[in-house]
Amino acid sequence: MTEQRHAGAMRRLWQWLDYRVGLSELLPLARKKRVPIHRHTFWYYMGGMLVFLFMLQVATGVLLLFYYRPSSEGAFESIQFLMAEVEFGWLIRSIHAWGANLMVFTAFVHMFSVYLLKAYRAPRELTWMTGAGLLFLAMGLGFTGYLLPWNELAFFATRVGTEIPAVIPGVGPFIREFLRGGDDVTGATLTRFYALHISVLPGLMILLVGLHVLLVQRHGMSVPPSVEAEGGGKTSISFFPNFVLRDLVGWLSALAILAAMAAFFPAELGEKADPFASAPIGIKPEWYFMFMFQSLKYFPARVLGVEGELVGVLAFGFMAAVLVLMPFLDRGGKDGRPDPFWNILAWGTLLYIIVLTYVGYTADSTL
Amino acid sequence: MTAHESPRAPSPIRAFAPLAGLLLAFSVGPAPAMAVQQRPTADACIECHLTLDEDRLSAPATMFETDIHAERGFGCLACHGARKNSDALDPSAGFLSKPSRREIPELCGSCHSDAAFMRDYDPSLRVDQVLEYRSSIHGQRLMEEDDADVATCVSCHPAHATRPPSDTESSVYPSRVAELCGSCHGDPEIMGRHDIGTEQLEDYKGSVHGKLMYEEEDLTAPTCNDCHGNHGAAPPGLASVANVCGECHSMMATLFSENGHADLFIEQDLPGCATCHANHAVEEVTDEALTLRSEEICGQCHEDDDPFGHEFVEMKRLVDSLKAQHAAGLTLLEEAENAGMEVGQALFELEGVNTALTKARTAVHSFRVDPVKEEVEAGLEIAEAARRRGIEALEEHRFRRVGLALSTAVIALLIVGLLLKIKDIEERATESLPP
Repeated sequence: MTEQRHAGAMRRLWQWLDYRVGLSELLPLARKKRVPIHRHTFWYYMGGMLVFLFMLQVATGVLLLFYYRPSSEGAFESIQFLMAEVEFGWLIRSIHAWGANLMVFTAFVHMFSVYLLKAYRAPRELTWMTGAGLLFLAMGLGFTGYLLPWNELAFFATRVGTEIPAVIPGVGPFIREFLRGGDDVTGATLTRFYALHISVLPGLMILLVGLHVLLVQRHGMSVPPSVEAEGGGKTSISFFPNFVLRDLVGWLSALAILAAMAAFFPAELGEKADPFASAPIGIKPEWYFMFMFQSLKYFPARVLGVEGELVGVLAFGFMAAVLVLMPFLDRGGKDGRPDPFWNILAWGTLLYIIVLTYVGYTADSTL
Repeated sequence: MTAHESPRAPSPIRAFAPLAGLLLAFSVGPAPAMAVQQRPTADACIECHLTLDEDRLSAPATMFETDIHAERGFGCLACHGARKNSDALDPSAGFLSKPSRREIPELCGSCHSDAAFMRDYDPSLRVDQVLEYRSSIHGQRLMEEDDADVATCVSCHPAHATRPPSDTESSVYPSRVAELCGSCHGDPEIMGRHDIGTEQLEDYKGSVHGKLMYEEEDLTAPTCNDCHGNHGAAPPGLASVANVCGECHSMMATLFSENGHADLFIEQDLPGCATCHANHAVEEVTDEALTLRSEEICGQCHEDDDPFGHEFVEMKRLVDSLKAQHAAGLTLLEEAENAGMEVGQALFELEGVNTALTKARTAVHSFRVDPVKEEVEAGLEIAEAARRRGIEALEEHRFRRVGLALSTAVIALLIVGLLLKIKDIEERATESLPP
């Protein structure tokens, strides 16, 4: 009897909302979408995982804002208080910190899988380009968020990081000053990184995620050329509820992993930044910048009369441009099959990133 | 050498003043225009002396180039020269080839004791050095006994090579002072004539002060002149030792002067602070010294059954208890920190125990238990708070592990439920397909 009353209330609520929002029109739309089933279907889950991780970052980020004080005098202390005194403050911050790493890692996996499965082919060029933009935004969020605890390592890493664009002729020094809010990393840098981290970059990200998801919804999932050639990819499952429920399994697994990371390896705080102290040995950026940071060390002082570091920065700028414009650069092989050059380039780049990141963490940092 | 090279000669003594201008060494900044005008355009003395074979005659010319007085525009004639418009080498006109030891203080003082003159070079410089020197053991023996062993101005501030004390090359640069004094006071031949020991330099080098100066390169560490004075050098009397040490260790000196023992020590010929800490060979003080030395020293007056003679034993027990509580708190907090807990603030607060320990060790100089106890109790409160914080952090760490296990179990159940639901949906979808 009670159950019947409960079901009746739910039905009335649904009807109330449906009358005003038109929910019943959305359901067929969700059910209409199909997800192809083939041997590479696993990689389709990466996109949904990124949406989940982004939502988790927003949720934990908002909770952190309740306690965080964005000033060079209060930032470190507020995080210290959060970690030591606030109930579950350690959990929220640790999930935010580990979630950020997992989000960037998943974004890389998503990008490489989409690249290797050639999912950027027409008409999905804009989906790819918005995805590349989202990857850059995620890295920007990581860079700006790294400074916010105002600890020693972050302070000096930011000083090094914001110095790098200064080698660009003309606009370089302006970029450095714009990022720092002055000549050096100070409390002014902290407040503008804070503004970028909690409003500008997430705002842009929400816009791009919206556009990206809209385009995915419009074009559906891409079946890789290799699967098409084998005649596969014809079977599919409903996006809702079948695929969404599978997505949920992934999301819950990610949450369990993040909780374990937070419990076993809580986010560290270190020493408070002291702008007058000498830089500690072995300053390292976040792992996803390591391959670039390490590469710049290997550039000679001058390359064909141009400053080596500038050549390095321009090279990475060029690679970023190639990444964004990939759908227009890869026009496929002559026989209609994928051009192997782009696959070799992708595997080569992946190997380069892994090796340079490994070297960055293991090489003698004093050299 | 001509008379016009003499920079200024209103009086014979003043004419020699800049040689003794060793204290000009303290002055910084460019020389006033007057001094520059006084500098001979070509110092014929130096030109000639540089060619002389005899070292005692050529060396002053060689060294003088870097002398502070040369830098300030004074030439040879400023000290050795005669009156204006007279033969520069004429002793009757004021020429002085080499001042005698007795003449040196007055020669230096002719400028350095003249506040109006020195104001042109360094208004902040004291002008009572000669007065102080006369009151020193060195000065008294020079004036009264014409003692050839005692130091005069140029013994410490070499004529023709005087540098400011701030100059690392200066003979009176802080890290050189002990060696400088030791050049005489460490010489058994010289000191033997005055029945003075020669162990002071070696004692100082091995002392906590000497280690600070030489090993830590801390130029603020006390050296000879900080306790004995420089121009007025003399050993501090029994009654003054605490005053001398109190220049730096003011809290200890105050407590000692108020504890009622200061006069008793003098009566017993005990040299104040040095009774326990030695003078030149001051060792790093350990808490063990509280009992080891006190039994020996206090026992000189206090009988075995006199409770006041054993208060240091209680003081040491109190200090040890605080150290033990500090170690316990630190161990717990470090264990929590290694487990990944944030205990930075608690570790910072635990530093308060070290402050309390320092205060307690200072309070020992009151020779009474109560002031020590008061400081130790304040420290114990801090240590106890840190210990509690460490225990809480470790409990929190265990709570997190349990929480993780429970949340993982809940998530695993949800995942199993979802997988079953997916299986159910897909089976139903297959069953509904037309055969």
